[in-house]
Amino acid sequence: MLTLKPTSDFYSRALLEYDRVFSGDGAPRPFADLRRRGRDAFEALGIPTKRDEEWKHTDIRKAFPSDVSFFDPVALRITLDDVASHSIPGLDGRTIVVVNGVFEPSLSELDGLGEIVITSLRASADAHPELMQAHFGRYAEVGENSFVALNSAFDLDGVFLYVPDGVIVEQPIRILHVIDADKEVIVQSRHLFVFGQNSQARVIETHHARTGSVNSFGNHVTEIVVGRDAVIDHYRVEDEGDNAAQVNTTQVYQQDRSVFSTTTFTFASGLVRNNVNVVVDGEHCESSLNGLYIARGDQHVDNRTLVDHAKPGCNSNELYKGIIYDRATGVFNGKVLVRRAAQQTNAYQQSQGVVLSDDADHYSKPELEIFADDVKCSHGSTTGEIDLDALFYCRTRGISFEDARALLLYAFAHDVVKRVKLEPLRDWLNARIDERLD
Amino acid sequence: MLTIRNLHASVEDHEILKGLSLEVKPGEVHAIMGPNGSGKSTLACVLAGKEDYEITEGTITFKGEDLTEMAPEERAREGLFLAFQYPVELPGVSTMQFLKTAVNSIRAHRGQGDMNVAEFLKLMREKADFVNLDHKLMQRSVNEGFSGGEKKRAEIFQMAMLDPQLAILDETDSGLDIDALRVVAAGVNKMRNSERSFVIITHYQRLLNFVVPDFVHILLDGRIVKSGGPELAFELEDKGYDWIKEENGEAIVA
Ligand SMILES: Nc1ncnc2c1ncn2[C@@H]1O[C@H](COP(=O)(O)OP(=O)(O)OP(=O)(O)O)[C@@H](O)[C@H]1O
Ligand SMILES: [Mg+2]
Repeated sequence: MLTLKPTSDFYSRALLEYDRVFSGDGAPRPFADLRRRGRDAFEALGIPTKRDEEWKHTDIRKAFPSDVSFFDPVALRITLDDVASHSIPGLDGRTIVVVNGVFEPSLSELDGLGEIVITSLRASADAHPELMQAHFGRYAEVGENSFVALNSAFDLDGVFLYVPDGVIVEQPIRILHVIDADKEVIVQSRHLFVFGQNSQARVIETHHARTGSVNSFGNHVTEIVVGRDAVIDHYRVEDEGDNAAQVNTTQVYQQDRSVFSTTTFTFASGLVRNNVNVVVDGEHCESSLNGLYIARGDQHVDNRTLVDHAKPGCNSNELYKGIIYDRATGVFNGKVLVRRAAQQTNAYQQSQGVVLSDDADHYSKPELEIFADDVKCSHGSTTGEIDLDALFYCRTRGISFEDARALLLYAFAHDVVKRVKLEPLRDWLNARIDERLD
Repeated sequence: MLTIRNLHASVEDHEILKGLSLEVKPGEVHAIMGPNGSGKSTLACVLAGKEDYEITEGTITFKGEDLTEMAPEERAREGLFLAFQYPVELPGVSTMQFLKTAVNSIRAHRGQGDMNVAEFLKLMREKADFVNLDHKLMQRSVNEGFSGGEKKRAEIFQMAMLDPQLAILDETDSGLDIDALRVVAAGVNKMRNSERSFVIITHYQRLLNFVVPDFVHILLDGRIVKSGGPELAFELEDKGYDWIKEENGEAIVA
């Protein structure tokens, strides 16, 4: 199959490389059906271009690695010291480590799990066939989304997390993603979190890299099932460095009376595209989607959200804020879909961007599609510069221009940070935000 | 301390200050009075370094230096303070953090190290008591949701924290009830000494009952048209501005 089209070229090389790395390594291939569908879909969809409405502001092709190599899972170099270097001071709870998309039990804290299940996704295929059968690949749409298709086509590994009915996980679960490579690499991870009825948990996913000047491309898919009356908080922190690109798809499925929140923080990174899709398929649910992105240099951060209200009596609340310096670009596109059955929906969305240089861009677009008649929906979207009167006021108190700007931006960011319910995480984020605003 | 000579300043090509001169010596208190729109706040903002205003003519020297060459923060570090007519709210900026940054920036300029936390907290409490400022307000964001009177008091509190050599108070007395007015006036009087100067912009004689100025100036249409002692304020209170306008050849539109 020789062709000059970048998609097919990339894809055919990827196929060869994938088969080279994984054939004969003895790894189980439990997801053959999904893989087949993923490959068919990706061949049909290809890599999106800017002509595609959903990718209008983000040229993902230029972030694709020129040379495709999947990471060889045998060569683990990350140590427990490396893991410790990313610890969040004061945060109790276990850390689960994923290196180059692969769940690493040797680096993960897995003792005393009790009824909770944390395993590699591959292992769960044998250990928990009913749960896998019921949920795996059921939420993220392979047929419509290139990156879900690509992720499914080259299923590597990830974390399977299961919290049974009625179980309250007191301590937060941290999932630490590290990319470690000396040459250009593609990393895919695939997670499935299943939260049973009446369960409660907090999951913090953070993304880091030890790649230095080497390019990496991450394509991650997390499927999250939130059972009836469950209360789940999810956080994602992206901080991989300038040479990392990633597409991150968080696909959430909520059942009756569940309460779910997810907050995404994007710091150092090259190109990031976050898709957060929440399907509210239960009555009287609460959903909260938040994000803060601080983009500098040539960074490109694109957040896309979808809240799909399918059932009546639910509230959703979204707050995204972006701070854009230099030549960076921020994009927010938030869609709220209220289906005919979803009466008494309250959907509130707010997006704010601050642009700090003439070459910085921020595009923000809310989209409302409402098919029910008894709903309350509102959205606000603003992009602006820093408030000059506020800046002047600070300076008349002896505060330098830079410090004044940082104070005001810190305050701007704080609206999102204060939605983080874990104090040690909040402190850790604040310290990082401080650095990013300097 | 401060010498202004023939100052002309405009905003968006619209001339507002039209040849203003003023000399303030160490320890003096000057009151500036004038009708709405005469340019009082413009003068205050030009002195504090607001960039919207363009100085087209004249000079301003502060402690012997050309003030117009200095950035707003440098002016503050050199000892100039402006209490705003309309203090800006800074949602999400903690008052503590704000004042700590301000105090330490000024200290750094004087070659002093950062103030330690205990010392700083003590200073905050002391100065808040100085203007009867509810300590709870210090836990809030800067000026956010403060009432009009609380904002004015908070400006005087900030002034006390920053210990300036020249303080410009732009209508700090407006919107204050009589008790608050007394507190603000007492604050100013306590800070008054032979080194420190004040420029008090006001519409009313009533603040001047408590803070007796050395000089009173009348600002009309961008110029100081009359200067005198404290008695000039009483005269204004009695007769309004019309006689001054007449004296200066302005047509009075009834
Ligand atoms: N940024 C601006 N753009 C345009 N005009 C301005 C601006 N700032 C001030 N002015 C005008 O300059 C004139 C003087 O305003 P200034 O605020 O200095 O008056 P003031 O003496 O402080 O009045 P007041 O007693 O009402 O506080 C007014 O006519 C005002 O409309
Ligand atoms: Mg004024």
